[in-house]
Amino acid sequence: MRKVYHRIVQIAGNVITVEAENIGYGHLAEVTSARGTSLAQVIRLVDNKVFLQVFAGSRGISTGDEVRFLGSPMQVSSSKNLLGRIFTGGGIPRDGRPEVKDDMIEIAGPSVNPSKRIIPKNMIRTGIPMIDVFNSLVESQKLPIFSIAGEPYNQLLARVAMQAEVDVIILGGMGLKYDDYLFFKNTLDEHGALSRSVLFVHTASDPVVECLLVPDMALAVAENYALEGKKVLVLLTDMTNYADAMKEIAITMEQIPSNRGYPGDLYSQLAARYEKAVDFDSAGSITILAVTTMPGDDVTHPVPDNTGYITEGQFYLKNGRIEPFGSLSRLKQQVNDTTRSDHRAIMDTMIRFYADFLETKEKQSMGFQMSSWDEKLLKYGVLFETRMMDLSVNIPLEDALDLGWETLAECFDKTESGIKHDLLEEYWPKN
Amino acid sequence: MQDSNKGKIVGVNGNMITVEFDTHVIQNEIAYAITEGKRLKSEVIRVRGNRADLQVFEDTKGLKVGDDVEFTEELLSVELGPGILTSIYDGLQNPLPDLAKKSGFFLEKGVYLKPLDYEKEWDYTPMVKVGDEVIAGDRLGWVPEGIFKHYIMVPFTTKGVCKVTEVASAGKLKISTTIAKISNDKDIVTEVTMVQEWPVKIPISAYKEKLLPQETLISQIRIIDGFFPVAIGGTFCTPGPFGAGKTVLQHALSKYAEADIVIIAACGERAGEVVEILREFPHLEDPRTGKTLMERSIIICNTSSMPVAAREASVYTAVTLAEYYRQMGLNCLLLADSTSRWAQALREMSGRLEEIPGEEAFPAYLESLIASFYERAGLVKLNCGETGSVTIGGSVSPAGGNFEEPVTQATLKVVGAFHGLSRDRSNARRYPAIHPLESWSHYKSIVEDEKINFARETLRRGNEVNQMMKVIGEEGTHINDFQIYLKSEFLDFVFLQQNTFDSVDAATNKKRQTYMFDKVMAILKKQFTFESKDKARRFFLELRSDFINLNYSAEGTEDYKKFENLIDKKFEDN
Ligand SMILES: Nc1ncnc2c1ncn2[C@@H]1O[C@H](COP(=O)(O)OP(=O)(O)O)[C@@H](O)[C@H]1O
Ligand SMILES: [Mg+2]
Repeated sequence: MRKVYHRIVQIAGNVITVEAENIGYGHLAEVTSARGTSLAQVIRLVDNKVFLQVFAGSRGISTGDEVRFLGSPMQVSSSKNLLGRIFTGGGIPRDGRPEVKDDMIEIAGPSVNPSKRIIPKNMIRTGIPMIDVFNSLVESQKLPIFSIAGEPYNQLLARVAMQAEVDVIILGGMGLKYDDYLFFKNTLDEHGALSRSVLFVHTASDPVVECLLVPDMALAVAENYALEGKKVLVLLTDMTNYADAMKEIAITMEQIPSNRGYPGDLYSQLAARYEKAVDFDSAGSITILAVTTMPGDDVTHPVPDNTGYITEGQFYLKNGRIEPFGSLSRLKQQVNDTTRSDHRAIMDTMIRFYADFLETKEKQSMGFQMSSWDEKLLKYGVLFETRMMDLSVNIPLEDALDLGWETLAECFDKTESGIKHDLLEEYWPKN
Repeated sequence: MQDSNKGKIVGVNGNMITVEFDTHVIQNEIAYAITEGKRLKSEVIRVRGNRADLQVFEDTKGLKVGDDVEFTEELLSVELGPGILTSIYDGLQNPLPDLAKKSGFFLEKGVYLKPLDYEKEWDYTPMVKVGDEVIAGDRLGWVPEGIFKHYIMVPFTTKGVCKVTEVASAGKLKISTTIAKISNDKDIVTEVTMVQEWPVKIPISAYKEKLLPQETLISQIRIIDGFFPVAIGGTFCTPGPFGAGKTVLQHALSKYAEADIVIIAACGERAGEVVEILREFPHLEDPRTGKTLMERSIIICNTSSMPVAAREASVYTAVTLAEYYRQMGLNCLLLADSTSRWAQALREMSGRLEEIPGEEAFPAYLESLIASFYERAGLVKLNCGETGSVTIGGSVSPAGGNFEEPVTQATLKVVGAFHGLSRDRSNARRYPAIHPLESWSHYKSIVEDEKINFARETLRRGNEVNQMMKVIGEEGTHINDFQIYLKSEFLDFVFLQQNTFDSVDAATNKKRQTYMFDKVMAILKKQFTFESKDKARRFFLELRSDFINLNYSAEGTEDYKKFENLIDKKFEDN
């Protein structure tokens, strides 16, 4: 039996300190107080002092409470019985069914050897032209939706998830509103996808430390399925809540903040999670779709900024539309050369004209005379917004490309399009 | 290992451990923290009393107070010898493909493998005879390494003049074979093998003198070679917000730059991006040599989820390997993506050491570290009279895309060229998104000054007209000013912009660049007369379209001739 410690010498924020010996860094302990039992993790060792981050929070813990060390880091079950189940960030069932404790594996494991990765080549079709045509989503991509409160980001996340052809879906909810949690659960259920899903959900009312476990739990399970050859899609929402939970702990530990209170290792911490997205050489894959809400709609805020540097692009959701500027899929060029020969040209040309349209619109709003060229751009801009940007549009990539040619031909002539001559000959509408 | 200095862990904080030691330690010496049979490589970064703080190059999960630590009395070093080319290493020079063979999908902590193959036999040819006098860096012999002569040199640590007392004869030898014995003035004999070690944080200085970099390093990227050139042995940086094209630009340089050897340091960014190189380079042909690109490349890969302390080491490992090949008279290009991640690794450590933070919590010594890193670039005259060079290009990832931050500012103070990427240009898909008005270079362009200045002036005035048009509208703009604006846009589209993903346009050799530049110049210099602004716009749109098509056509093809004729005709007729 492991030794039980009774002397808690310090309680600050959600971190308690006990004096104990022979304790491994990162290992778990159970803290039993009048409120019940909570897991806690070692986050610092100084001589015989052990600093523990208490998952359920430190409220109600007394200096005389019991601390029992478990001798291992946080683990999660890797069993098949996980499918269809819903857990808290700490791995406790939320669905009233029994605990799953077989085949436990460590979470937050080592990173993949880069030489065991392959170049991803499979496009994930979504039926959304702003994604399929302009910023194609690719299997094994890590990509967040940048958005602000009130935008339908969780709806977009769910829509892509339901459309994607994957074997397993893992949802990691962080600081989710209870309604959003039910929305995801119901959506998965309605599409018959719940039985191939695992949910780790931390809601806004749960202890903040549990939020910190969600990505690692979700990704450890995902990694396990991917190693078995499965295509896994991980949904993480909202990563800004996750970063804020990290900030809270860092401040408790009196770490020197780097930028707006966030710890100096925010980049490395986020990267450690997002880099779990992978296409394994001779095994499955993990695709990560996340949500990053931007405080104050400010993309230079440390959370979206660091995220943008880590992820393979982002979908910028604003006013219910995916904005062409600010959105990016860094992997699009891996797939859009094999979809159809005109894909890249349509993508580049339509965006360029849309940028010109926005400039013209500005000139117009300032009351300048519109040249005949400006008139063309104005016509084009409106068509682009209704045919491509409107999120209610749901058409296959090929139809969207055809629609692109039609739109260009309605507004411009061949030369003005600036497209390579051989493509013009093949695709420019004849009538 | 006999009686090495020992210690015990007394604290663990993230990737930093505090160790109480028995006798003495050396600043920056390597030590191993021992836990559950694993030996975790660490580096001493601060000593106070009988306690030392060490950064651990591994995940510290499971380390306990009381665990043993063994000090090695050696600084963090790399092995130098034949076989480095084509290798893929982590930041500590562990060969990643070999690690994968041993440990499978994941990087296993505490596993360190030999960076070089000790079984392989090399065709050795001696270059000295008994009695010759040699100094550090002198060539004793050579082996063919792919397309290069890999010289085996007198160890760089050798002091003073030595006499060669023994030489191995030509033949197939392993790298651990003694190929020569040399004796110094105190008659101390050193056995020289094909491998030597060198501490990564100290520059190799076995050369006669540093020279001023003057010759342009042809990158085959037009906006660089023409407007913001890089010199052989020079330094440059590429700051830009995320998604502006830093990595794509570095990859283009790694493929097309006319250097002998390219060292890619993937420092703290995405693993996926390195995989593209790992998987593609072995199949891409280097048109200059006819061999694969891999044969001139070394990849140092310490991506963002790999241990942070090893990330800090990775840029030094990379530059040391570059300096080593420079000693063979080769031109090496080191591309580091991104130096900000290295700076952040320093920041993380500095925070754990509870040092007084500077701006944005970066340590106060950041600036001097960045300066001394770029100082390791240079064109040098070797003892044998040949020259060799290290050119360093670092991408910078400024927080919020704002260049007024410590890493960008410290870097700008020391580099010779600044390729600033602009969010506006990348949003408008004007790639490479190097800002043509804000970037600069101190080096020599492949185009004559007079011409390039005229082109710059066109860009500047075109921008002015464009700004003015935003206030007074197109209708209030004089047609001559409007023409300047159209010309600047034309120059932008057909020369500055370049499509990396088009097989022809991706790289433009020097001859074609200068030819194209002259063609563009002729148009910029000619004063056209147009009836209306719409006619003027139309003319330049068509000309631009022909030029872009020309850019997409390989030299000597039917298309090339066709578009060239179209352009010439339009030029004559207007
Ligand atoms: N020269 C280019 N030509 C075409 N697209 C580019 C170019 N440079 C960048 N891009 C696009 O921008 C994306 C981001 O570029 P990247 O170099 O990864 O940005 P950064 O390293 O600055 O974050 C690429 O995936 C690509 O889609
Ligand atoms: Mg990059």
